[in-house]
Amino acid sequence: MLLLPCPHCGLRDEPEFSFGGEPAVRPIPAAAVDDATWADYLYLRQNEKGPHRELWCHSGGCGQWFVLTRDTATHAVLGP
Amino acid sequence: MRLPNGGRIDRDKPLRFTWDGRALTGFAGDSIASALLANGIKIVARSFKYHRPRGIWGAGVDEPNAVVDVRWQGQHDPNARATLVPLRDGMVVRGVNAFPSVARDLYGGIDFFQRFLPAGFYYKTFMNWHRYEPRIRAMAGLGRVGEATETRAFETRHAHCDLLIVGAGPAGLAAARAAAGLSVIVADDQVLPGGNLLTDATEIDGRDGLAWAADAVAGAQRLARTTVFGAYDDGTYGLIELRNDAPAGWGEARLWVIRAKQVIFATGSIERPLVFPDNDRPGIMSADAMRRYLRGQAVLPGRNIVVATNNDSAFATVQALREAGAAVRVVDLRDGVMPLGTGGRGGLRWVDIGPPDGSRRERVPADLLAVSGGWSPSVHLFSQSGGALQWDVTLAAFLPGAPAAGQYVAGSITGAADLATCLAQGHAAGLAAAAALGRSAALAAPHTASTAPATPMRPIWRLDLPGTRQWVDLQNDVTAKDVALAASEGYRSVEHLKRYTTLGMATDQGKTSNVNGLAILAEATGRGIDDVGTTKFRPPFTPIPLAALAGSRFGKLMAPLRQLPVHDDHVAAGADVRDYGGWARPACYPQIGESIAAAIAREAANARFRIGLFDGSSLGKIEVYGPDAAAFLNLMYYNEVANLRPGRLRYCLLLRETGVVFDDGVVARLAPDRYLLSPSSSHTVGVLTMLEAWHQTEYPAMQVAFHDTTAAWATFAVSGPDSRKLLEALGTDLDLSDQALPHMALASGRMQGIACRIARVSFTGERSYEISVPASYARALWRRLLTLGTPLGIMPYGIESLSVLRAEKGYILIGTDTDGMTLPVDLGLEGPLRTKKVDFVGKRSLLTPDALRPDRRQMVGLLPEDGALVPAVGAHAVETRNGKHRSLGWITTACTSPMLRRSIALAMIEGGRARIGETVELFHLDERSRATICAPIFHDPAGERLHG
Repeated sequence: MLLLPCPHCGLRDEPEFSFGGEPAVRPIPAAAVDDATWADYLYLRQNEKGPHRELWCHSGGCGQWFVLTRDTATHAVLGP
Repeated sequence: MRLPNGGRIDRDKPLRFTWDGRALTGFAGDSIASALLANGIKIVARSFKYHRPRGIWGAGVDEPNAVVDVRWQGQHDPNARATLVPLRDGMVVRGVNAFPSVARDLYGGIDFFQRFLPAGFYYKTFMNWHRYEPRIRAMAGLGRVGEATETRAFETRHAHCDLLIVGAGPAGLAAARAAAGLSVIVADDQVLPGGNLLTDATEIDGRDGLAWAADAVAGAQRLARTTVFGAYDDGTYGLIELRNDAPAGWGEARLWVIRAKQVIFATGSIERPLVFPDNDRPGIMSADAMRRYLRGQAVLPGRNIVVATNNDSAFATVQALREAGAAVRVVDLRDGVMPLGTGGRGGLRWVDIGPPDGSRRERVPADLLAVSGGWSPSVHLFSQSGGALQWDVTLAAFLPGAPAAGQYVAGSITGAADLATCLAQGHAAGLAAAAALGRSAALAAPHTASTAPATPMRPIWRLDLPGTRQWVDLQNDVTAKDVALAASEGYRSVEHLKRYTTLGMATDQGKTSNVNGLAILAEATGRGIDDVGTTKFRPPFTPIPLAALAGSRFGKLMAPLRQLPVHDDHVAAGADVRDYGGWARPACYPQIGESIAAAIAREAANARFRIGLFDGSSLGKIEVYGPDAAAFLNLMYYNEVANLRPGRLRYCLLLRETGVVFDDGVVARLAPDRYLLSPSSSHTVGVLTMLEAWHQTEYPAMQVAFHDTTAAWATFAVSGPDSRKLLEALGTDLDLSDQALPHMALASGRMQGIACRIARVSFTGERSYEISVPASYARALWRRLLTLGTPLGIMPYGIESLSVLRAEKGYILIGTDTDGMTLPVDLGLEGPLRTKKVDFVGKRSLLTPDALRPDRRQMVGLLPEDGALVPAVGAHAVETRNGKHRSLGWITTACTSPMLRRSIALAMIEGGRARIGETVELFHLDERSRATICAPIFHDPAGERLHG
């Protein structure tokens, strides 16, 4: 059970959070991008071993979404 | 047999129990294992694979053999470890995996076929495993699970502490003593603290060891009979507490989830067997366990005892046995001799002794053989929490490497073999843990008489004696030959060895067998043991009852159903209440003697032609405020919502970014900067989450806020031609005329001084109004509507009736008529994609080649040829091409239409809209029927009744 740093509430237990996956940058304007770029945005994630930027939401607490860099091998929280 | 004196048992409290039907007696303070030994029971189990007779090996958590079925006062544990269950009066204990009993097991003959059952036999012998599996499973296995529902109370506790100490042996206790002042939790699987102090009388600081132990732990929270079974992230530990104080008296467990700032692993070590021919015979025990039974429960399970060892630790057992009056013959490998074989039916009769090469042998009569093959430190938790292990050649053991920050190891887990060292290590760890948290104490280390330096142990992993069976894993029946065979077949990785031979995969997780097994693998593959390494240590350390992990989260508490504000009135009205997406809602209100189908037909007709009352309080009510509310919602919804005038409603779809329909519902504009969304009952949280996520992550500059007011308002729908009459009778300050409140309009006002909202919206196809009041007024309004509506013929209708009404109109239910592939265009809702100019969630996905394919499945209606037959939901429409059947799609909704007096269906059919008028074949579970494709609307296609 991880301890995750909510920007508002500080270190809290993992069950209070929802995982939002790797942040994907929405192409703007969406209408202008080709199908392949749009498919990459929708489905392709790096899923790297090691430092990994991910979205979390303190859904069981204040509701804040935030970006966290976490090591997927050691589970260490490395920063925002 | 029981000695006349000694032991921590209460001889004034005899306990009667039965073993395989035989009435026996033990004492308070016995475990099932000690009571069986005291009664001279040798065979307690049949082995997993070969049905060989097995006896008790150990005295604790490492026990590989003594898995028994225990029943007591209605409780049942089919796979209890006899060494860990305190005996209770009236317990019914049985052996498992044997018929009719472990003493005379008819399956025992299977051992003669052992040469056909080598390692990996099921991969080799049984090519059609599924044909053999049922019979093999019947012969191999553990206890039988009971049929009864779990009635024992399991609970979960969460706790925080400065320091968690795992193990209440001398090292753990010395640590607790040194860390006094911190919040300390000490967990240990025994009833009393002390570890080895319980076995061997010792003086510490000039006092009796057990008195010292009680004092040492006095400042800590002690969890007895508690095993730390898992180390998880960021200092989280899972513990299972087998409760002595449980209401049922036995069998109940408490799960602890503890977050500790620091941890001391004082987990001790486990004695290993020696590997030699026929080393599995009942009557062969761990030397350490034998001493623990002798000192703890005054049980001496034999008179003529051979003690075979390769290290010094067994000499304490030799001394204890001699003091108890047994004849003891010591066989020390360091003198060049060890057991070469054993014999005796039903239990040990003799031991063959000689040099390991078998060059000569002497047969020694014995009724008991105590064995010590060295010690394996209990590094499981240390390794689980990320600690590296190092092979120590001198001790022939894997020892913990350098602990991470906040972790400490103390006691025999480090390989320490004498009490003074264990105490000193525990003391140092406790002081270090305290210092790390800013507390320093001047406390002298506990003092005890030093023991003499030991003679080094001498490992031997197996004997090179062909034609013999030397057991490594007693619980899963793995021999040294099996390990060598696996190696010769190329299973060189220890993880492969484990899976191929099942070594260490039994419920004891190889606590006694793993090191012997991988040492044999190392020999067979010509590598060092450190090179072979261990298999990965994973939780749980001991078997955990699933019910303990569930805690109170089962049955009604697993996912508590939400109740409507007038739930009790529904029940009183005879409603058939069911679970709809987490809400307890009336399916319909059958009258006495009325079938469900008849009730649905009656309620539906009444809501069409007279007046029906529906509790829609579970429908979502998300309020959206802010100057950017209109612009933000326009980015979210498929439909245009920014041009909606205040006081007006619009039916809208919400899509995922993939274009798939996520939810539908009515969007109301209450004011220029204020909207009210009505998501589906089961999607309200999901919609709110989606809006929050998009606002926070994509459009944080927009000034908009969301609030779920679902539980704050009760909403009742009144449907039918007379619905306006009823509303007028309610006495609101609103103008309810069709000019002021047309279809898809909303008005807010007061009803007898109470805030109310009336939305004219319909899910039945009839003139219909939704009246909302604060939930605290729900009951008053519900009863008033029924009273005032009685002259009009009002009847409540439930969801199943509503579902028929909406199906007749072709209104979709999200998740019923749609799935994870449904796009708006598939539902015939193409307008916004063509006309809406601004971007919205999912728009780009609606313009991909796949979304624009002409042969996508489209929603259509179906009229079955046989109108009396309601086709199954999920039935496929099939076509036959070149003699092969192919699915065109499937039915999503089907019912009998009270209006049409025949069956109707909604379906998703490939290119369906172009096929209207065609006949298709329906196929479901080998039954075929036919239906005609039609537009997905069966009643009032012009929508005149909405205004009628």
